[in-house]
Amino acid sequence: MREEILTFLEKNSRIDLKELAIILGSDEISIANEISKMEQEKIICGYHTLIDWDKTSKEKTTALIEVRVTPQRGQGFDSIAERIYNYPEVQSVYLISGAYDLLVILEGKTLKEIAGFVSDKLSTLPSVLSTATHFVLKKYKDHGTIFAKKAKDERMLVTP
Amino acid sequence: MRDPIAEKVKVIQPSGIRKFFDIANQMEEVVSLGVGEPDFDTPWHIRDEGIYSLEKGRTFYTSNSGLMELREEISRYLERKCRVSYNAASQVLITVGGSEAIDLCMRAMLNPGEEVLIPQPSFVSYLPCAVMADGVPVIIELREENQFRLTKQQLLDAITEKTKILVLPFPNNPTGAIMTKEELEEIAQVVIEKDIYVLSDEIYSELTYETGHTSIASLPGMKERTVLINGFSKAYAMTGWRLGYACGPEEIISQMVKLHQFAIMCAPTTSQYAAIEALKNGDEDIEEMRKAYNGRRRYLMHAFHEMGLKCFEPYGAFYVFPCIKEFGMSSEEFASRLLDEEHVAVVPGSAFGDCGDGYLRISYAYSLEDLKVALGRLENFIKRLRDGGRQDG
Repeated sequence: MREEILTFLEKNSRIDLKELAIILGSDEISIANEISKMEQEKIICGYHTLIDWDKTSKEKTTALIEVRVTPQRGQGFDSIAERIYNYPEVQSVYLISGAYDLLVILEGKTLKEIAGFVSDKLSTLPSVLSTATHFVLKKYKDHGTIFAKKAKDERMLVTP
Repeated sequence: MRDPIAEKVKVIQPSGIRKFFDIANQMEEVVSLGVGEPDFDTPWHIRDEGIYSLEKGRTFYTSNSGLMELREEISRYLERKCRVSYNAASQVLITVGGSEAIDLCMRAMLNPGEEVLIPQPSFVSYLPCAVMADGVPVIIELREENQFRLTKQQLLDAITEKTKILVLPFPNNPTGAIMTKEELEEIAQVVIEKDIYVLSDEIYSELTYETGHTSIASLPGMKERTVLINGFSKAYAMTGWRLGYACGPEEIISQMVKLHQFAIMCAPTTSQYAAIEALKNGDEDIEEMRKAYNGRRRYLMHAFHEMGLKCFEPYGAFYVFPCIKEFGMSSEEFASRLLDEEHVAVVPGSAFGDCGDGYLRISYAYSLEDLKVALGRLENFIKRLRDGGRQDG
């Protein structure tokens, strides 16, 4: 049941609980209880909104930064990751297998602001060996949602 | 001038669905609940294989029966899902949709005057296909009090010495009815005793809720006398690819291959390559779609309950079949007025046989958002009818 609730919430966190209960063949109270338990257990970590900022007048720049670091004795990558994710402009930090160690997703107002963050803050951290910054030019799909999707139902209206 | 048209074609009625489509299509802002195909796109990995086959230049005919690899995958699939095994080389034929398989089966099996038992309400093709194959269609009227299932007694009552084929359309379009293993066993017993054959149209086999699907071909003694028809349209959301298949005894399939060979040559090659991928790696897609359908099914049933619209609970396909007899008009009139007044397109139950009158086929192959809009309009319409009724009375 938990996974089924999460599958729906992940796509639409504003879904009406009564409706969700009908869809899942359960009752509203059990669903609400399960959700609040999952909130307490931090399985549900938040209810955010997916925004296509390109359609607004607000300027935003996103960059993906590959970071190679020296892991620290006894702590591995955790403490350096923490140093990085504490910066509010950092949106996500992932530990990655392969050619580099951390993938940092950064959001800033301008290219310059991001460049400043990388050169002044990120590169100067003692365990950071190197960085490679990739700027996002266009977002086609995010969190499983295609931004420029044709919404029209092209099926015939009535078929056998 | 001489009459160019054959008499037996003239007597065939055009599908009642077509008429609705023509009217609905000319209106604006129509919300449709009338579609008999999935709202999902074909899963990308399946489309990708189709594209890849085109890129590789696989644009030739395949063998008449279809790609061997596809037939082998179908054979494995039926073994896995239905516990019935077919020889890929001689007992499987790939067709242009399940519809072609229905046509071929009737034409391969029927002598003039032999009877075909067709339970209704059901898919619109069985009857004309039987007629075109010189068979005599005999309708068995399924009843709501039996959950629109075929009973042993109904079957016994309909069988004569001319009966050749029983069409078994479950999970059913338009009612959403299914048949359980126990019920099929009772049917199988009669079929064997009376020495008739079964055309089992299992195109909705993957879309059952709460309980799994049983194929009558998997019951003892039935594989020898069943042509199992299935396809990719509903399970994998591949309607436009036009791909289905028939499995059965070699003596029947080999004759169907002959007809198929002269009329069609082979099913579309691109679709066949895509279908191999569907069978190999599509189980999760089916599961996901089925969950979505099931949620909508529950939602619709709940909505009808709230509206006070009588509806038996369907456990298969993606249709509900609510009863509108309380409003004292025919299905067609109800559907026409609903379209006129609320711009909601549904299919009148009578399009699936006379005994479907008094019912509507409502498809839930739509997103919840679309369903909500349509249900809101349907509710307004029903309220108006009920209020009007009270004022008049």
